[in-house]
Amino acid sequence: MKLHEHQSKELLKKYGLPIPEGYAAFNIKEAKEAAQALGGYPLVVKAQIHCGARGKAGGVKIVKSDEELEIFSESILGKVLKTVQCPSGKLVSRLLIEKATPIEKEFYLSITLDRSNSKILVMASKEGGMEIEELSKEKPDAIIKEYVDPALGIMPYQARKLSFELGLNPSLFGKIVTKLYQAYMDLDASLVEINPLVLTKDGNIVLLDAKIEIDDNAAFRHKDIEELEDITQIDPLEVEAKKYGLNYIKLDGNIGCMVNGAGLAMTTMDIIKLAGGAPANFLDVGGGASVEQISNAFRILTSDENVKAVFINIFGGILRCDRLAQGLIEAAKIVNVKIPVVVRLEGTNVEEGRKLLKESGLNFESALDMWDGAQKAIKLAQ
Amino acid sequence: MSILVNKDTKVVVQGITGKEGSFHAIQCKNYGTQVVAGVTPGKEGIDVDGIPVFNTVENAVKNTKANCSLIFVPPPFAADAIVEAADAGIELIICITEGIPVKDMIPVKYYLKKNYPNTKLIGPNCPGAITPDEAKVGIMPGHIFKKGNVGIVSRSGTLTYEAAFQLSNLGIGQSSAIGIGGDPVHGLSHKDVIALFNEDEETKAILMIGEIGGTSEEEAAEYIASNVKKPVFAYIAGITAPPGKRMGHAGAIISGGKGTADSKMKALKEAGVTVIENPAFIGKVIADAIS
Repeated sequence: MKLHEHQSKELLKKYGLPIPEGYAAFNIKEAKEAAQALGGYPLVVKAQIHCGARGKAGGVKIVKSDEELEIFSESILGKVLKTVQCPSGKLVSRLLIEKATPIEKEFYLSITLDRSNSKILVMASKEGGMEIEELSKEKPDAIIKEYVDPALGIMPYQARKLSFELGLNPSLFGKIVTKLYQAYMDLDASLVEINPLVLTKDGNIVLLDAKIEIDDNAAFRHKDIEELEDITQIDPLEVEAKKYGLNYIKLDGNIGCMVNGAGLAMTTMDIIKLAGGAPANFLDVGGGASVEQISNAFRILTSDENVKAVFINIFGGILRCDRLAQGLIEAAKIVNVKIPVVVRLEGTNVEEGRKLLKESGLNFESALDMWDGAQKAIKLAQ
Repeated sequence: MSILVNKDTKVVVQGITGKEGSFHAIQCKNYGTQVVAGVTPGKEGIDVDGIPVFNTVENAVKNTKANCSLIFVPPPFAADAIVEAADAGIELIICITEGIPVKDMIPVKYYLKKNYPNTKLIGPNCPGAITPDEAKVGIMPGHIFKKGNVGIVSRSGTLTYEAAFQLSNLGIGQSSAIGIGGDPVHGLSHKDVIALFNEDEETKAILMIGEIGGTSEEEAAEYIASNVKKPVFAYIAGITAPPGKRMGHAGAIISGGKGTADSKMKALKEAGVTVIENPAFIGKVIADAIS
């Protein structure tokens, strides 16, 4: 789960980390109140979206008066901001109004998991402001890495080492690294990224931006953080799917996919592409695939206007094909599906399952295998 | 021979009185697996379809000589269950549980590595391990597997079934099939399982099923290039997955430009692996090549 910059900063403030004074604002009135509370201009106004590269896209502005604040807020609130990282854009429903920080130099600092060795990795660089992906491609030597021993946590010498390499005061920066690691662990984060961290003109260090992502598997012990989720940043169909325990991700194609199991769901998308089509989504209905789940899946798939045909690819294992077929038939009756549906059913009791589908009176096209199914779905979508 | 599980494997099921635990314990037993014990704290003395239940793994091991644990304990308690199994002397721990926080798994992984270097962990968030006609220690449908000589290692459950089914239908059996799971922090890797298949006499060919995210497939490729003489086949799922989106499995995400299907397929091809592009023909490609 992704958090907004202002939410991340509020959480990090509790650890005594140096964050610029600022307030979130959902409308112009709140923006003005924030300006007043901050005691005057210049101020920085930052659009809050779950996406990077906001500055270049015009989502961040320094304002010097009430009038400038109002004009900029008016121009961006409620609009969709497109950045190079999110070409389709994200809705700006809130702003962060902050005191401007006089910047001497920018740095990069992050904490994440390195999956290749299952260790927590602290990364820092003198090249602040650049995206880490670009940096790792263009100047890999500019990234300093420290691995954290799981039993010890980050050690003071590691934080000192990073300070010396970056040329920052070890007593100031060392504390920041230690506290940030503490926050990463406490929050069950999967990413904490400070880009940039800045050295100010008066010699202080400030976390100018902050991005936190929380491990979804740990949500059960962070109910307070779960409530911070901003669903305006997620596709509405994905939000809807989550309610029914469906794992759905919207894509740009026209073949809706309904599959049991994450690996097979990815494979189904791939085989549609291989056959010359374009998948409209990733959808894993899980191992249970109840009538309720299947009917909700049908509803969600077909409410995407781009979808011109549905390809159902089910491998019946423990859950038998005849039960799955019954589920499909009942669900199709509830939802009244109007577009062509291709079903590839395989596995346990497949003959009974196919027979049920054939006798159901539903106009489902049946496929011999995945390849046949993908080809049929593409043809029917034309 | 085969790898990891066989007819002599004695299984204790942790979380046996739960819905999933009891269902699958019975399924495994019906397949012919020696399911000798179950563990649910506070329920010692009862039985599940004739399988005696104990309070602790230690008690289960003492009374039944169990040497393999199959875990269905819910996510908040699963890390504890893995450590309990290891401390009780279990040397093969298979954790089915999906949704364990990464923060819980990191210390467990290092605890096992440091204190029990011979203990093997499979999973979490995996379908388990099967040696056809001998033992099924997991949640896979047993009847789609057939005894034979192809070793399968996979991150994904349904894709393992799909591949095994295609092979079995063409008359090609499997030595063992191991699902290593889809979580970012897990036990045995592709490379570890391939090394076991490489040493196993019964395994004549290896099928590796990977997916986007992480670098497990690339590491396996490196190992294969310098160590494996048996024919290796691979399929990688997720060519169409967009970066930054989690595709069901917590591990299946392309981040920082790493972990794409293309980079994995390239590494495998360079290692001499036959990369299967069309997942509908996994069985056919292998059948054509080895028979």
